[in-house]
Amino acid sequence: MSKLQSKIPEGILADKWQNHKDSVKLVNPVSRSSLDIIVVGTGLSGASAASTLAELGYNVKAFCFHDSPRRAHSVAAQGGINAAKNYKNDGDSVYRLFIDIIKGGDYRAREANVYRAAEISNQSIDHLVAAGVPFTREYSGYPDNISFGGVQVSRTFYAQGQTGQQCLLGAYSGLNRQIAQGRVIMYNRRDMLELVVVDGQARGIITRNLVNGEIERHSAHAVVLATGGYGTIYYLSTLAVGSNATAVWAAHRKGALFSNPGFMQIHPTSIPQLNEYQGKLILMSESLRNDGRIWVPRTKGDKRHPDEIKEEERDYYLERRYPAFGNLVPRDVASRAAKERCDAGYGAGDSGQSVYLDFSKAIEKQGRKVIEKKYRNLFEMYEKITGVNPFNEPMRIYPAGHYTMGGLWVDYNLMTTIPGLFAIGESNFSDHGANRLGAGSLMQCAGDGYFILPVTIGDYLAGEIKTPRLHTDTREFEKAEKAAREKLLRLVAVNGRQTVTSFHKRLGRIMWDMCGMVRNEENLKKAMKMIKELKEMFWRDVRVPGTVNELNQELEKAVKVADFFDLGFLMCQDALDRKESCGAHFREESQTSDGEAQRIDSDFSYVACWEYRGDGEKHDLNKEELRFENVKMQKRSYK
Amino acid sequence: MFMDFLDWTQLFNMEINLRIWRQKDADNQGGFVDYYLRNVAEEMSFLEMLDFLNRTLIENGDEPVAFEHDCREGICGSCSMYINGRPNGPVDNVTTCELRMTSFRNGDSIVIEPWRAKSFPVIKDLVVDRSAFDKIIQAGGFISVNAGTAPGANSISISKRISEEAFDAAECIGCGACVAACKNSSAMLFVSAKVSHLALLPQGQSEARNRARSMVEKMEELGFGSCSNTGACEIECPRGISLTHIARLNREFLKDSLKS
Ligand SMILES: Cc1cc2nc3c(=O)[nH]c(=O)nc-3n(C[C@H](O)[C@H](O)[C@H](O)COP(=O)(O)OP(=O)(O)OC[C@H]3O[C@@H](n4cnc5c(N)ncnc54)[C@H](O)[C@@H]3O)c2cc1C
Ligand code: SF4
Ligand code: FES
Repeated sequence: MSKLQSKIPEGILADKWQNHKDSVKLVNPVSRSSLDIIVVGTGLSGASAASTLAELGYNVKAFCFHDSPRRAHSVAAQGGINAAKNYKNDGDSVYRLFIDIIKGGDYRAREANVYRAAEISNQSIDHLVAAGVPFTREYSGYPDNISFGGVQVSRTFYAQGQTGQQCLLGAYSGLNRQIAQGRVIMYNRRDMLELVVVDGQARGIITRNLVNGEIERHSAHAVVLATGGYGTIYYLSTLAVGSNATAVWAAHRKGALFSNPGFMQIHPTSIPQLNEYQGKLILMSESLRNDGRIWVPRTKGDKRHPDEIKEEERDYYLERRYPAFGNLVPRDVASRAAKERCDAGYGAGDSGQSVYLDFSKAIEKQGRKVIEKKYRNLFEMYEKITGVNPFNEPMRIYPAGHYTMGGLWVDYNLMTTIPGLFAIGESNFSDHGANRLGAGSLMQCAGDGYFILPVTIGDYLAGEIKTPRLHTDTREFEKAEKAAREKLLRLVAVNGRQTVTSFHKRLGRIMWDMCGMVRNEENLKKAMKMIKELKEMFWRDVRVPGTVNELNQELEKAVKVADFFDLGFLMCQDALDRKESCGAHFREESQTSDGEAQRIDSDFSYVACWEYRGDGEKHDLNKEELRFENVKMQKRSYK
Repeated sequence: MFMDFLDWTQLFNMEINLRIWRQKDADNQGGFVDYYLRNVAEEMSFLEMLDFLNRTLIENGDEPVAFEHDCREGICGSCSMYINGRPNGPVDNVTTCELRMTSFRNGDSIVIEPWRAKSFPVIKDLVVDRSAFDKIIQAGGFISVNAGTAPGANSISISKRISEEAFDAAECIGCGACVAACKNSSAMLFVSAKVSHLALLPQGQSEARNRARSMVEKMEELGFGSCSNTGACEIECPRGISLTHIARLNREFLKDSLKS
């Protein structure tokens, strides 16, 4: 299909990016100052892109819904950021990082993009260090690296348990430097509601000022979306509660194809839900699995205190099922195994919806001091929330929605199917296939923002240097503004009885039960029907108090949830269509005799790219076939 | 992971009296409104208790209380409430989202206000405008390095002790509790955390003196008070940012004024 030209450069894999850089069109410095770029989202990807584009001399307008760019969800990443530096001399290389990501993603990502992400990881680390990110260091004074997410080399840079915070603040400070110089105009507390497309090209956005409700028009020569993930569709997830899909969905409605929406990462080690009113789940870093052992009671429904359950009465199910990797199997495998045990009635705790993560063996072997040094922050956090000290009693954990591998389809230049519209960071689909490896997202976000987009966007903008600054008093802007305004007014006008949150919770429940860790045809079809009904009820009976002309948090939520119905539906559609199991997407109909995921390469080795056809209409499916020329597709086995 | 498995009714046993600051917008005067809330569970976090209040308000046709929050795990710095006369409530060194109802007792009265500081004007109810913090960072809270110019990440060795100290300062979440705690509404702890973080690292040293001066000047220009070393900020700071950073800032400042 002509829509999907991935624009992968010629040449051998390792040379593609260099070849591309050598051949893309450039924009001369003088012309850059007459080109405007809109960047929506200022997390690690958006902040790094906005500041770098400004350094190059473009006029940047950046937007976020937060009160400050420093609060983007990137701030919450704990574990680390990968780079193929091979500082540990343990045989790591760009090629190995590439292979790990491709294999971890279960062969559903594009080789060339992944290789480039691995290649650029090194530059990103250099830049972040120079920008003042205080990565944890060894006694030698050089950056420390750990093994993370079950890979065999130590390539993860980290800043204690707050890597995301430190990387984001590094990018934020660079962004502020450009704001101070007047090269970036920062619009905080703005929600992007619509994309404006003029003659087939992305030319601007419509935003709502969240303080006074004003609807605003902004034009530019190109628009970049860096709006992060939307795992909040499950209602309870490890994401910050404001995370949403409104901007990418607005782009999708205007013609940007949406890829692999069904690929959702469920993280195995979150603190289980503690009460009915809980609005958010808290992640316990994956690094805990380096020393913690996961188990459930061997007897069904055994409600005894974990101390009373003797060693031989415990089932270390990951060690049992996956002797080679044990507790370090990838996230999707660990999550499914936990669900399997709990659903079979072996779960721990009153709810039966949790498993133990036990450090007693590690404490016994390595001593309390060593464990304390490694995990103090995390243990304290766990104790603060649950009242249980993991030194005395095993943690209880359960899987939770975490990361969206799917997102807007982009070509090698990170451009969507709408010319002039780019998508970077978690908002695009590009690097992680059907499952993301730990510490791989920050790596991608920094690479996209600092080093890839600033090059590739030039290739597009070189064709725009003659385009004068766009007026916003055109028909297209007017139409987009009207659509945004009408939607808001409609939401308030329903004036029903049920809260926005009550709808979000119900939708989350449908998604979690039927389009979560395990899927099957019957449930997916049922879910699609239920979502449709819930959406109808929402538009009939939701209650959004207040008006559109003021700070109105319920209205903000309502906008997000309204889009979640449509996205949720598409997630189910995608999951239904993909009749194989791969990565995080597990179809019960496609499993091996011992219950492992069964990939079907002959039929499904493609990126599913969904095309919007109108509200309530069926999406069209386009396919980008994936070709693997540099790796052999193997069965992912952790036995 | 969902609620059906537990008998929640046993747990919802608290009743509390809330007195909350309500203000329509920056142009209108605000005032306290009292709410009596039943069936609060000890297991709730403080913000979940407010979610619960808001649900009740909406279902009764009232306007919910506006408050800021996002990560709900103490790292984004969004949440910000003055609870019973203290930033983030009765527990030392936590954010409001980390506060739990176990810190309160059945029948308690809880007064909730927004941050109070001239430089943080109220936008609505408990939401204040903290953009002054961004402006302070814009005055110099960065290292002037463009993407692409950096040397290798291991080209400089930084002792573990120094890098840990820099990290401790860099942990600031920009919440503003220090300002809310200070009788002068000074932002000195916030400013010193950034100055210290960057001054400790070799990468940040060439701009260190200038940075300290411009950031402090900006702070004063934005209407924050000056520091009189009472230390209230350190007690309330959810990230435990230490007063020693203020001392370091003063040293940088002194070095700069001696030079000029
Ligand atoms: C708890 C947790 C821990 C994690 N740990 C790690 C880790 O250790 N290592 C790792 O590599 N990855 C980790 N991840 C994943 C990683 O943090 C994210 O994928 C990544 O930070 C996303 O960055 P981003 O720039 O794409 O978007 P975000 O940081 O989410 O930023 C999104 C931006 O878009 C703005 N925005 C969104 N919608 C709109 C709209 N409609 N209008 C205007 N603005 C909008 C927001 O204001 C924000 O500025 C973790 C994720 C979670 C949830
Ligand atoms: S110094 Fe502490 S209290 Fe002040 S803004 Fe930073 S984290 Fe908040
Ligand atoms: S909500 Fe993020 S710190 Fe409280």
